[in-house]
Amino acid sequence: MTAVLRSWQGTFALLLCLAALTSLPLMARDAPSPFGTGSFTVIFLLVAGAALASFSRLSPPLLAMTLFVAPHLAVWLLLAGIAGNEGKATFAFFLMVAACWLIAWRCVTVLSGIRAKSKTGDTFLRLLIPAIFGAWILILWEAATRGAGIPFIILPPPSSIGARLASSVPILWADVQQTIFKAVLFGYVVGCASGFVVAILADRIAFLRRGLLPIGNMVSALPIIGVAPIMVMWFGFDWQSKAAVVIIMTFFPMLVNTVAGLGASGAMERDLMRSYASDYWQTLMKLRLPAAMPFIFNALKINSTLALIGAIVAEFFGTPIVGMGFRISTEIGRMNVDMVWAEIAVAALIGSVFYGVVALGERATTFWHPSNRGG
Amino acid sequence: MPMNNAPSSVVSASKLGLTFETGDGPVHALSNVDLTVNKGDFVSFIGPSGCGKTTFLRVIADLEKATAGEITVNGMTPEEARKSRSYGYVFQAPALYPWRTIEKNIALPLEIMGYSSVDRKARIERTLDLVNLAGFGKKYPWQLSGGMQQRASIARALAFDADLLLMDEPFGALDEIVRDHLNEQLLKLWARTEKTICFVTHSIPEAVYLSTRIVVMSPRPGRVTDVIESTLPKERPLEIRETPEFLEIAHRVREGLRAGHSYEE
Amino acid sequence: MKPDSLAQRIIPVLAILIAIVAIWYVAAYFMNAPFQRDLDRRANVTSTTMEFIGKTMAQPKPILPAPHQVVSNVFENTFLRSVTSNRSLVYHSWVTLSSTVLGFTMGTLTGILIAVGIVHLKALDRSLMPWIIASQTVPILAVAPMVIVVLGALNITGLLPKALISTYLSFFPVAVGMVKGLRSPEIIQLDLMRTYYASGAQTFWKLRVPASIPFLFTSMKVAIAASLVGAIVGELPTGAVAGIGSKLLAGAYYSQTIDIWAALIAGSVLAAFLVAIVGIIAKIVDRSMGGRPA
Repeated sequence: MTAVLRSWQGTFALLLCLAALTSLPLMARDAPSPFGTGSFTVIFLLVAGAALASFSRLSPPLLAMTLFVAPHLAVWLLLAGIAGNEGKATFAFFLMVAACWLIAWRCVTVLSGIRAKSKTGDTFLRLLIPAIFGAWILILWEAATRGAGIPFIILPPPSSIGARLASSVPILWADVQQTIFKAVLFGYVVGCASGFVVAILADRIAFLRRGLLPIGNMVSALPIIGVAPIMVMWFGFDWQSKAAVVIIMTFFPMLVNTVAGLGASGAMERDLMRSYASDYWQTLMKLRLPAAMPFIFNALKINSTLALIGAIVAEFFGTPIVGMGFRISTEIGRMNVDMVWAEIAVAALIGSVFYGVVALGERATTFWHPSNRGG
Repeated sequence: MPMNNAPSSVVSASKLGLTFETGDGPVHALSNVDLTVNKGDFVSFIGPSGCGKTTFLRVIADLEKATAGEITVNGMTPEEARKSRSYGYVFQAPALYPWRTIEKNIALPLEIMGYSSVDRKARIERTLDLVNLAGFGKKYPWQLSGGMQQRASIARALAFDADLLLMDEPFGALDEIVRDHLNEQLLKLWARTEKTICFVTHSIPEAVYLSTRIVVMSPRPGRVTDVIESTLPKERPLEIRETPEFLEIAHRVREGLRAGHSYEE
Repeated sequence: MKPDSLAQRIIPVLAILIAIVAIWYVAAYFMNAPFQRDLDRRANVTSTTMEFIGKTMAQPKPILPAPHQVVSNVFENTFLRSVTSNRSLVYHSWVTLSSTVLGFTMGTLTGILIAVGIVHLKALDRSLMPWIIASQTVPILAVAPMVIVVLGALNITGLLPKALISTYLSFFPVAVGMVKGLRSPEIIQLDLMRTYYASGAQTFWKLRVPASIPFLFTSMKVAIAASLVGAIVGELPTGAVAGIGSKLLAGAYYSQTIDIWAALIAGSVLAAFLVAIVGIIAKIVDRSMGGRPA
């Protein structure tokens, strides 16, 4: 009994298998190429076997390996079986997918319990666990869209998004060049730099700081994205207007964070610099800027996302016939949903890479900060 | 395994050991600790940092599990003792909940243990009185001084009438003047309530002033090096700290600590 | 350090605001002057400098409207029109506000639920949390047009699609903030609950939840601002007929610059109002939980 309780996912997976057996076949009777008995037996044995294995007292790594391989192999067979049978999957099919998913969940639970001894092992686990989760989002998405035959317009399956992505690389690349390399990068650099410079000015002039800081704080809550139509009117349809939106959006977070960061050095450290009779710029370079780095990088990270959003949304207001925002708004008008998804996938990838680069820079610069030291 | 538990023994440890597995190999926090705390005792644990005095207190409280040996608390395992709520624990910091008034902080364990609201009210009033905080019940923690906050946390530990009080350097963060005052009050409270108290400290005068027995511990591995019975009378005004008798005991404690240290380097 | 007096805090802000308005007027003159010169030349009008300056501030479709033009537009469309008129800013703000609040409520609840799950299930923590953090780096707003159109294809129109975008935008900050908040109790406080043999539910309700409240409100301030942006952007792609976003789009389409600026002001007032409400509630709750007055 305790074994059954220890792996409730295994118990449910077995129950689902049994339920699937009673409601066979996996595909509707009019499906063009239904599952053969052989492949069904393999799938069933894999799932049921893994479910039974989850009750055993195998060593965690071995158990995790079993629970990793079996359900993913089974679900791969299941998904491969949909080809040519779109929309013909029966209740039993989804029961089997759910059983696979439960076992993968058990696998993640087992993996989460493993304390890796080496550092590489730990990193591997830290990446593997979310990777399994992400993979299952795609698997369930694929099974739901193709198995149940959800209309393409509402939600295309990941496989066709992937296919569209691969076949439209030149278009996507042109969009990325227009939106990212021109508008985002230019706007980001100029916006962050000017925010930083104004912050230093505000730091020198107390009056300016007292005036700008409350305004800057308030502006960060405003829907600045709304200036996009004005910028399009002023600077034209090309990338300059998008860059202008990005500059405005990134300016204030940088200003507010840098000013806050420059105030972050401790009174004792500042007194120390004072006792050396160091002048303003020496104190700034040797103490206050290094102390402000975590704040500045925080702004750089926030801005990396804001810059992408600003450029893409600004393109909704008018653009030449290239650009990510343009592509999204026109392709959705033509109901080419898979192209929109492909563009979003690219945007997500670029957003993560952009953020990752800033985060790496942060780790190299502010390695001394408690949040980076780890353990 | 049957153990000989005289009815008067509250904590009884034999050959107790605790080893932490860390990245740099095992750390022996406690090793071969034999100790009995009798009912009504005021036992102080003293030693340099890393000697396992806090760890020992946490083992009694079932906040750590021993890895070797035997220990009983009120004749039960520490886990059973914790589940029957047989001790009150006072931490190094007051750990009062900032969103609760002093009253409500004292009510916290009573709510968890399911006391009726009438009973709660009576107990809050009584314990506030015991720690001389009557009239401060409606205040929030930040409105009180550090010493008063720590007294409130003692009241919280007393509220549910456990016979055993475990105190982990409760006055360590306070200045000497406040500490003297609280020591005096703690002794009075002990006399009035007749509780058994286990008290961790790194101050020799504090240990000698408060205790009926002083357990001297030393690090690497954490172990008991000496147990000193106090010859001081139960009635102890602050001035007792200048008597030769007091200084004699303090000297013995210091000797014990030094002996423990000689194992190092 | 002595706390600043009210005057000390307000005078610099006022000075900067006055400077902004002054720069705005100057910029309005220079940006609108070329077009006005063009007009004058064609109409063969010669005007004195003062008259000319006045005219640059009174164009119906200026490149940069002067502040008083925007203010009078806002005033006219806020107070002088009946709130049911589709030129009324109150009406458009109300449309945007309702989807913002609906989305924000759903997003906050979802965020709290997910945070509770993450704090209690280790498998969820290790598999979902990295994705939540990663998804913050993704320009989610890009999804907005698709959500609107796809839901439109499913015959779901009106408030809900916009609110869903707001939900999406507001749920991330709340989830991340609440995970932090529910984990904020120190070890010593958790140990205390253990010495009382408190059950998991008691620890949750008596310790973790109260400790997380300040974190909740901080993230709610971010979330409500994000919700508003989501609602406004959600109004863009469908040619929605009402809302601040549609007002921006219509203004851009017909080059009604004064309307665009007026809509921007309305959006900003709305944002300030929403953040202020969350801030006030936060302060009240903090005070009732014994917070030290700042």
